[in-house]
Amino acid sequence: MSSESLASYKAQLKANRLGLWLFFASESFMFGGLLAARFYLWGNTRPDLDQLLGLIVTSILLLSSFFMNRAESAIAHDDRKTFLNSLLITAALGLLFLVGVVGFEWQGHLKPWDGVYGAVLFGMTGLHALHVFSGVIIILLIWNRGRKGGFSAERHWGVEACAIYWHFVDVVWVFFYPALYLLGLPVS
Amino acid sequence: MTVLSLGIVRGLAAQIVGTALGMGLVVLVRVLMGLHAWEAEPATVVGAMLGTIFFMIGVGSMNDWFRWARGEATPIHHGPPEGRPSWTRYFGVDYSHKVIGIQYGVTAILLLLTGGALASIFRVELAEAGRQFLDPAVFNTMIGMHGWGMIISILLGIAAFANYLIPLLIGASDMAFPRLNSWAFWLNVPAALVFLTSMFVGGWDTGWTAYPPLSARAPLGMQLYFVAVFFFGISSIVGALNLIATILLLRAPGMSLFRMPIFAWGVLATSIIALTATQLIALSFIMVMMQRLLGMGFFDPAQGGNPILFQHLFWFYSHPAVYIFVLPGLGVISEILPVFCRKPLFGYKWVALSSIAIALAGFLVWAHHMFTSGMASFLRVPFMFSTLLVAVPTGVKFFSWVATIWGGKLTFPTPMLFVLGALSVFLIGGLSGPPNGIVTTDLFLHDTYWIVGHFHATMFGGFVFPFFAAMYYWFPKLTGRMYNERLGQLHFWLMTPAFWIQSLGQMRVGLLGMRRRIVDYDPALGIEGGQLAVTIAGLVIGLSVLIMLVNLVYSARRGRVAERNPWNSRSPEWQIPSPVPEVNYPDGLQVIGEPYDYGLPDSRYVNLQVAAAGE
Ligand SMILES: [Cu+2]
Repeated sequence: MSSESLASYKAQLKANRLGLWLFFASESFMFGGLLAARFYLWGNTRPDLDQLLGLIVTSILLLSSFFMNRAESAIAHDDRKTFLNSLLITAALGLLFLVGVVGFEWQGHLKPWDGVYGAVLFGMTGLHALHVFSGVIIILLIWNRGRKGGFSAERHWGVEACAIYWHFVDVVWVFFYPALYLLGLPVS
Repeated sequence: MTVLSLGIVRGLAAQIVGTALGMGLVVLVRVLMGLHAWEAEPATVVGAMLGTIFFMIGVGSMNDWFRWARGEATPIHHGPPEGRPSWTRYFGVDYSHKVIGIQYGVTAILLLLTGGALASIFRVELAEAGRQFLDPAVFNTMIGMHGWGMIISILLGIAAFANYLIPLLIGASDMAFPRLNSWAFWLNVPAALVFLTSMFVGGWDTGWTAYPPLSARAPLGMQLYFVAVFFFGISSIVGALNLIATILLLRAPGMSLFRMPIFAWGVLATSIIALTATQLIALSFIMVMMQRLLGMGFFDPAQGGNPILFQHLFWFYSHPAVYIFVLPGLGVISEILPVFCRKPLFGYKWVALSSIAIALAGFLVWAHHMFTSGMASFLRVPFMFSTLLVAVPTGVKFFSWVATIWGGKLTFPTPMLFVLGALSVFLIGGLSGPPNGIVTTDLFLHDTYWIVGHFHATMFGGFVFPFFAAMYYWFPKLTGRMYNERLGQLHFWLMTPAFWIQSLGQMRVGLLGMRRRIVDYDPALGIEGGQLAVTIAGLVIGLSVLIMLVNLVYSARRGRVAERNPWNSRSPEWQIPSPVPEVNYPDGLQVIGEPYDYGLPDSRYVNLQVAAAGE
């Protein structure tokens, strides 16, 4: 690799990083809009959801961020084995989160057409789950490239972007979880 | 060369396949779930969405990303496609910001003509009292289509100039993300087709604002409208992201933020709004869409929902959207005015920061559209004050323009005429604004033609006139030829007085009791004369725009060859050949002075021989 192409890679890296954070700024407005809708429509109440389930899926997602971080620092140290394994664990935890939300929470007594409680619950968890799902797909694409020898300690923007995206989706849930499960008085 | 080598043909074919596939998918799922097979709404929505995605794949705008995912190298190809005539690059994926700028521009003009044609039709209907030839539902669909057709045309028109000019003005070789740039453009094409199709599947009779509960039970066309606006919105967000990154990171050496061309400030401010606020209109439309599809009761009072929430979400975008439309146009005014006054732009820093101030203040004013909506009444006064606050930075711009003109050596070619026309029209729009922002007067003005007159003046003064000024001004840059000056002057002298009549006429019939969004009115209002005048003025405006198009199309082929710097501008894009070669500034570009020091002897803005001077 010539030094010039590394310089242009670094310039593009700077732009990529800014672009990704601008994308998050944009997405924050959408998630913020959903939160605003939640407080507008639910006020100081919330549906009576399964607290244990909420706690479990939240823990799973937070744990997944740890493994995502491990994957990123592994590739930064050219440790390909840990990198690939951690990616797979992250994806598996992400899928587990989706199973918890879609397979259990969505199968409860509340349905999308059950008043504003159903509508907001499915709206918020649905759009968030869509992001988690896209994150899993991206992780698997990165894993597939990494498996074939892609990425290196010097050049792994794809991994970095995937990791920050995953953390972002995680942080969104940190706001959504209390808004859905904890704040306000439960009504059944 | 086969016709399938054109990206757009492949894209359209793929869109048809994708739409059919999406519809089939819904039928399949419904059969598997034991429901009756055909339900128009979900089939149409999924079909339209999958069709759009298929278009994007078919046109080839995602090839590089697929290659990347497979681990292949994806070098960017510069220049026209190999083995094919160079005009074909305009009909497929091309990463040059100049090509994408022109793609945006042509699409914008096509939508402008569509929106204009619709307006001409319903204006004829309104020319006299009594129903002539339009069914009320068709009339309502047409006014909504006119509104959104024009909104999208404006967004694409801004993108056209921003894409073509920003890299040139800031001395960059291209945008920060060329692939994303092309992707953002092409998304508009399938979205526009979905949008136009909505007219033929029942239309949507809500007007452009699509308020529930009406939009929750409007015909099927409503759903296609939601899908289309959703994709237009994504394109707008992605384009804004690209422009912000480009302006912040790719400026030439020596170009500090306060030595940027003022147009770049306008585009930066606009992009900040488009990047963020657009999410909220997309969200509000998706929520109505889901209410219709799944019975999710966000806005349905029977389910505990609240339609006023929709208005909050909708206006959180749609008020700042007005600033998205006008800030680049106001930037064009500030950009061109010094050239034809041969004087520095007055108060450059204040003008630059006023754009940012308008953008930020614009986030705090949305509920002035809701004074009559039944929202909590304690919100009215704070939103009134924040709204009136916007007049301050807008006033800064106006004073700067007047002070720039003051004592200048003015010349009046067509671009300058349109800049002055913009000032006169924007003044009408600006002065008629505060009465709508003040609660007491707005309670009477709301939903009347006064509002229609006000915002058309704002749009024409803030976007259309500056946009036309920019078209004439940079036409020699784009084509290397001059437009016909006499036809340009004719365009201006037809359009400007006609617009004054239209705008003031709309306000007058509004004050006399003409309401928005109705196909007919009571002759006893005494507004038939005014309505006729508005219709005639509107048709004259349409005619004048056609004259411009004839002028530009003809001149692009047969016009006089333009000299290198016909306006004697200091801006770097005029120091290089026209049309701009594939590489913008082969010898680099360095900023060594202030951008608008017209009339100051020995002042220079840029040095284009950086490489030759040995850096
Ligand atoms: Cu407004």
